[in-house]
Formats: sequence, C-alpha cells, structure tokens
Amino acid sequence: MARIEIEHLKYQYPATTKLALDDISFSVEPGEFIGIIGKNESGKSTLCQAIAGLVPNFYKGSYGGKVMVGEIEVKTVEVNEMCKTVGIVFQNPFNQVTGSKLTVYEEISFGLENMGIPKVEMIKRIDEAMELLDIIKYKDRNPFDLSGGQMQRMAIASIIAMQPEVIILDEPTSQLDPQGREEVFQAVQKLSKKGITIIMVEHNMEKIAQYSDRVVLLNDTKLVAIDTPQKIFSRDDLDSFGVEAPVFTKICRGLHLKNEETGCYPVTLEEASRLFQRLVKEESHNE
Amino acid sequence: MSKIEIKNLHFSYTENEEILKGMDFVLDERSTAIIGQNGAGKTTFVKLLKGLLRPTAGQILLNGADIAGMTVAQLAKHIGMVFQNPNDQIFKNKVIDEIIFGPMQIGMSRAEAEKKAKEAMAFVGIAGREEENPYDLGLSARKLVAIASIVAMDTEVIIFDEPTIAQDYAGKERIKDIIRTLRAQGKTVITIIHDMDFVADTFERAIVFAQGKAILDDSTKNVFAEKEVLEKAYLEQPNVTKLCQKLGYEEVFLNVYEFIEHQRKLG
Repeated sequence: MARIEIEHLKYQYPATTKLALDDISFSVEPGEFIGIIGKNESGKSTLCQAIAGLVPNFYKGSYGGKVMVGEIEVKTVEVNEMCKTVGIVFQNPFNQVTGSKLTVYEEISFGLENMGIPKVEMIKRIDEAMELLDIIKYKDRNPFDLSGGQMQRMAIASIIAMQPEVIILDEPTSQLDPQGREEVFQAVQKLSKKGITIIMVEHNMEKIAQYSDRVVLLNDTKLVAIDTPQKIFSRDDLDSFGVEAPVFTKICRGLHLKNEETGCYPVTLEEASRLFQRLVKEESHNE
Repeated sequence: MSKIEIKNLHFSYTENEEILKGMDFVLDERSTAIIGQNGAGKTTFVKLLKGLLRPTAGQILLNGADIAGMTVAQLAKHIGMVFQNPNDQIFKNKVIDEIIFGPMQIGMSRAEAEKKAKEAMAFVGIAGREEENPYDLGLSARKLVAIASIVAMDTEVIIFDEPTIAQDYAGKERIKDIIRTLRAQGKTVITIIHDMDFVADTFERAIVFAQGKAILDDSTKNVFAEKEVLEKAYLEQPNVTKLCQKLGYEEVFLNVYEFIEHQRKLG
C-alpha cells in the first residue's frame, strides 16, 4: 500500500498571478484517514488535485517540488494511468455519474470497461464494491432514481472497483441530508479500515473530528499544521485561520475543560460527554 | 409584514404518487426553517409558493389573496427565491448586470435597479465587485451574488434553498447575519436547510416535513426537543442538543453559548 510523500510542493494555475499552493510538505501513512480543513480558497481542492496528478498534468501551470504516491512520482505519470492508483470522488455525484448507463451495476462497470479489465475479474470487483458500499439492493435501479446519499455511495463504489490505493473525496457530503452524510462517512471509514488511504475535504468539523486520524490545516495556500483532531482543534489560534472548532470543543473551551489524558479539549460527542460525566461523579464524590 | 396561509395543500407530479399530502400552516413574520429528509417535498413546496407549480388541491393565500389568480411574474414582485446552486441562477457576464436583472424584470427603472443593486451588494458584503464576471468568483462569493440579486428585488418574502452549502465559517456567519437583518427589516424569511446547528442558531421557528406532511411545527427549541419525531423524519438534533440529551438534561439548549451559560450557573 502506498505512502504519500509531499515535499516542498508549490503550484500556480495558468493565467494567475498568485501561488495556489505554497511550499507544502507532509506525508501520509497507508490506510490513514486524513481530513483537510481551511477556509475557502486556502488551497484544499488544489491540494487534492495535486495528489491525484490533475495538478499539473491536466491543469498545467507552474509546478515545483514533488508528490510521491508509493513509488510513483505523480507529475511524471499520465492522468489516465494515475487514476488507477488515486481515485477522486466529486462534490456533487450528479457531476460524476456518466449519464449513459441505465443501471447502478452498469455505472460501476464503466471505469473497469475503460481499463480493459477481463469480464470475470470485472464481475468480482463490482460485486465487492457494491457489497462494501451496501448498495447491492439498488443494482438494477437507474442511477438518477437514487437518493443523494445512495448516489454518492454508488459514485464511491465505481471508484473502489478500480482498486485505487488512495481515495480523495472533495466535500462529498455537502449536498446530502444528515442521514446521507452519515452513510457516506461510515462507508468511507470502512474503506480506510481495509487499508485504503482516505483524503477528505469537509466543512463539517464534527464529522472531521469524529472520523479523521489526522487533520491537515491549510491557510492562504500554506500548510499550518498536520496533527490529531484533538491537537488541531485545541489550537488557540484556530479562529485566525477562519476555521471553526467542533461544537463540543467550543463548549469545553468555554468552560476550560481539557481532557487530562490528551491535554486537549474534547472533539467528539462521546469524548465531551465522558468528560462531563466524570466531572459530575467527582463532584458528588467530593461532597 | 406578509402572511402566507397554506390550506389543505396537495400536489403530485404523477397520478400514482402524491408528493404533498395535505398541509396546513401559516407563515408569518417569524424566520422559519423548513427541514426534512431529501425527497420530503421541501423544494416542491417552495416551487408552489413561487407559482412555478400549481396545487392539485388546496390553496396558498398571500396576504389573503389566492395565488392561483396570479401569474409567476406577478408573484415574483412579492416572493424572491435564492437557488441552492448559484450556477443554476446566474447567467450574466457582469455581477452588476446579474443583480439589476431581477429588479428591472419586476418593473424598476434602470437607475432605481442600480441603486437597489449597490445597496444589496454592500449588504451582503461584495461591494466593489460590480464589473467582475460572476464565474471568476469563488463559489462562496458567487452565492453572495445570487443572494444580492434577490435582495435587490426588495420582495416582502425571501426564500433561501440551502444557503450554507459550500460556505466556510466566515461565509456561514455572514449568511446568518443576512437572514437576521432581513427579518429585522420586516421581511418574511423562509429557508430550506439541512444544517441543524445553523437552524438552531438562526431561526425562530422550524417546520418538519416528512412524507409530504408537516409533522411538526413549533419554535426551534421545541422542535429540537422532539428526538423521536426527528429520528422518524431521518433528521438529526443540533450537536449541542445531542450533548444535552446524552447528559440527561431536561432542558434543551440550542447553541454553545446557552450551554456554557447553563454550566457556569451550575458552578
């Protein structure tokens, strides 16, 4: 499985005057779930494109530094080759669905047909992908008759079937209702547990805190930090980057309640409620 | 102050499947969030308000008058709507042209439309970007162009469809502020939205749509206390409310500040 290594990455889109990414360096272990956060236009989507190789090989522009995915230097590989290793899921599944396939099953087969995968292998992979995303029951449905959450899971399944080692999701749940969002996060977590590296851009900080192993914080095209959700959301300077902490962290910060084990503020519902319950116990014990 | 009465409202796209199955409520000066699962009938409902669809049964009364007797163009003078995706709304090459389009369509002179447009741009925070192409702006700023286009029409009723999508923290705070200010100006503000934390913090009233019916209609505080009903409608409680319930509190808190205040009082 591939380790991602980014060294001094700098990038500028064609016909622009400012860097879109400015000297970014970090690495990601295989199977990690990485959340990318930062205010609008901080470089989140461009960073995703750079890991997938669309920057610079599709968008062109000026490029410096190096992005390695396993043994592959991303810049040196054609986009149609790169997509076998790094898959991208779009923000809006409507934009990803081919529109030329009448069933969910055929839609998922599309990428594999283009890769020239033999039929027996193809059937095996489609079944596995549908199983993993829990969409077997929709296999004969028209993709456009699915709900948003179901359609996004189908989009992820069609990427998974190509067996990439890394999956990038750029705000995959912003168009979905709360239930659809939860479905997608749980599906993605399952992929991460299978060893697939996950890179996800998301504005919902409660979900990022709950699911990410580590969080990349970007600000004005630069990397501020990459660390655990607890460490990132406990930063005193978080506001200055235009990023909101999860609700639970804000409450605990307002009450000056840190988790003694981590030295950080809690970031999830479970962590916060455990802390409150322990405090109540200690108080009644003291009385 | 506008009043919209919904009386026994029914709608279906096809003969076999009814989308709205009889709704009765009155939209008044309170800022109102309409919440519900995808497919619950929210967008269909606002299309009916705009006259883009017509009820199969029942009535919608705007200040006492049945809108069945009004054309889409006539209704546009009273009810403005900001689309979920600004790309579906914006079609001009210059920001200023986009924003004066609506006002001029409903009969304002060019000078008046430009004045309203400038005011609306300042109000939403995009003053000075008149000459730019909306598609050179980021999605967040483009959304503000879409909002300014409707605000400039100065309608009594403004509908937002998912205003917080693709907005970062600053963008969300700005939209919160826009909604509160419109409310204070006496406009009727109705919003379709999935972001429950935003609803809890911004709106006075929430109506829960599920399977074509309004199953709950009350102050946001009372609506979000109804955990079981919300779950049945596949909705979540706001995060603060979840924490309250997990800790067994009887009272419902809607935002971080209320919760912190309460804890401080406990000592």
